[in-house]
Amino acid sequence: MNFFSKLSFGFLGVIFFAAVFAPWITPHSYETQDTLNTLATPSFSHLMGTDRLGRDLFSRLIYGARVSLFIGVFTTLLALVIGTIYGSISGFVGGRMDGFMMRIVDVIFALPDMLMIILITVTMGRGILGMFIALTLVSWVTVARLVRGEVLRIKEKTYVEAARALGASSTKILTKEILPNILGLMVVTMTFRVPAAILAESTLSFIGLGIAPPFSSWGTMANEGWKSIKFHPHLILFPSLAIFLTILSFNFLGDRFRDYLDPRNKARFN
Amino acid sequence: MLKFFFKRLLHGIPVLFVVSTITFLIMRVVPGGPFDQEKKLPPEILANIQAKYHLDEPVTTQYLFYLKQLMHGDMGPSYKYIGRDVADIIFDTLPVSITLGVLAMFVVVGVGVPMGIWSAYRQDSIIDRACMFYATLGISVPSFILGTVLVWLISHKLQWLPPALWEGPRYMILPAIALGAPFSGYIARLTRSAALEVLASDYIRTARAKGLTETVVLLKHTLKNSIFPIISVLGPLTAGLVTGSFVIEFIFSIPGMGSFFITAVTNRDYPLIMGVTLVYAVLIVFANILVDIIYMWLDPRVRV
Repeated sequence: MNFFSKLSFGFLGVIFFAAVFAPWITPHSYETQDTLNTLATPSFSHLMGTDRLGRDLFSRLIYGARVSLFIGVFTTLLALVIGTIYGSISGFVGGRMDGFMMRIVDVIFALPDMLMIILITVTMGRGILGMFIALTLVSWVTVARLVRGEVLRIKEKTYVEAARALGASSTKILTKEILPNILGLMVVTMTFRVPAAILAESTLSFIGLGIAPPFSSWGTMANEGWKSIKFHPHLILFPSLAIFLTILSFNFLGDRFRDYLDPRNKARFN
Repeated sequence: MLKFFFKRLLHGIPVLFVVSTITFLIMRVVPGGPFDQEKKLPPEILANIQAKYHLDEPVTTQYLFYLKQLMHGDMGPSYKYIGRDVADIIFDTLPVSITLGVLAMFVVVGVGVPMGIWSAYRQDSIIDRACMFYATLGISVPSFILGTVLVWLISHKLQWLPPALWEGPRYMILPAIALGAPFSGYIARLTRSAALEVLASDYIRTARAKGLTETVVLLKHTLKNSIFPIISVLGPLTAGLVTGSFVIEFIFSIPGMGSFFITAVTNRDYPLIMGVTLVYAVLIVFANILVDIIYMWLDPRVRV
């Protein structure tokens, strides 16, 4: 691992830790209003300053991490599960079934995804659940396509043929021979899908169509900060920085994983 | 060629149908409607309004009515902008959004491609590192963050360019950069890896052996042969620019389709949501067809 990967890994570790243990490590509650200290700049009592209502920005940022990371990680996991099951069945069964299943994927893939996410989220009341469903619905198809391609490639391999010759059932071939071989691809996919989901969520929340109060994600915080960017830029600085660094770290790690799993690069790592 | 074009066009129709159906359903399945305000309307008035816009009929009837209207090129009236047709609003706002998108596309290709070629040419040099650092940064900086940083720095602190609105070329610079720059990093990467392969090929060695200058080798041979992967991502890229334009129009208060879509969604202005969604879908479908045609035109090997 090079320096940047270690740094990314460390940063994500800290963010995850902070998100999980938020109530124990935040210096203030995320909703307590320090009314004498509204719009304060960073200081010792308020590490990142306070917002318009006098709420501690640092504490809100940590609670925001919960929402942003939860959506990023869990939509990706669910999309990965659905996409893998769908894609592997489609690729493994093949023929007409495959054609039919892929037509559905093609149509969903062709939908303007941001528009669909906005519509679903808004109609479901702009909660975490709505965002979760919307993001999963549009992102599983990418996984399904990738997995199907890999399954199509692997099922022609000689070791699959050997397993079949030995009398292994289809289920066994799929779960014991094929799926373990696409694990690498899934890890890489995951490290690229999580930042994409975080990006989508924060973008929507930023334009005011994502997560609504009482919940707040980094995107909602950036939206609040945007309103007073001219005179109080620290309000938007910290949530933006959190979003940027998180996405950057995931992308760094994703690149690293991909290089590592690419057989053409094997020599470099040995 | 023409046959291919029409075939692709036919493939686009089911997509548009699905988009319109899904959008229609999503809008109607949830309770509440465009005329539920904080202050309740008297039931008789509400009933009248609903009858006027056919909202009192079953969803399927409404949908068929809408499709029939659409076939006549009528997208219905807007619920919130009284007296304005959806087609009217789109006619006013679409040129703005397309201008923004095209300018951003210039940024994407104009920055990304030269950067990729250059860093492939000077592989592993400091220039290469810098370009690839820019690329990674570009992929990780959401356009709304870039947009806000630009507004804060260039407009508020340095006061070089206006922070909002759309009233002339000076107003277009920052939005185009904010929308295009993040994607240019991706293109730079793609160009670099394609160009690296091309540079290692035999015909480049031949070209150099013939005594051609490095400029000719780079511009004529390398660029021409490493352009294909870039063209193949132009379709998804257009979709990305289209959806990215919402945020940029929001940040810079640009009166484009994205801004209207955002207010339409909050107001539940059904016909406007439908209209804008369909126009976006048509744009994406057409962009994909266009990309395929350019691809065929440039690369004789894929011609059918």
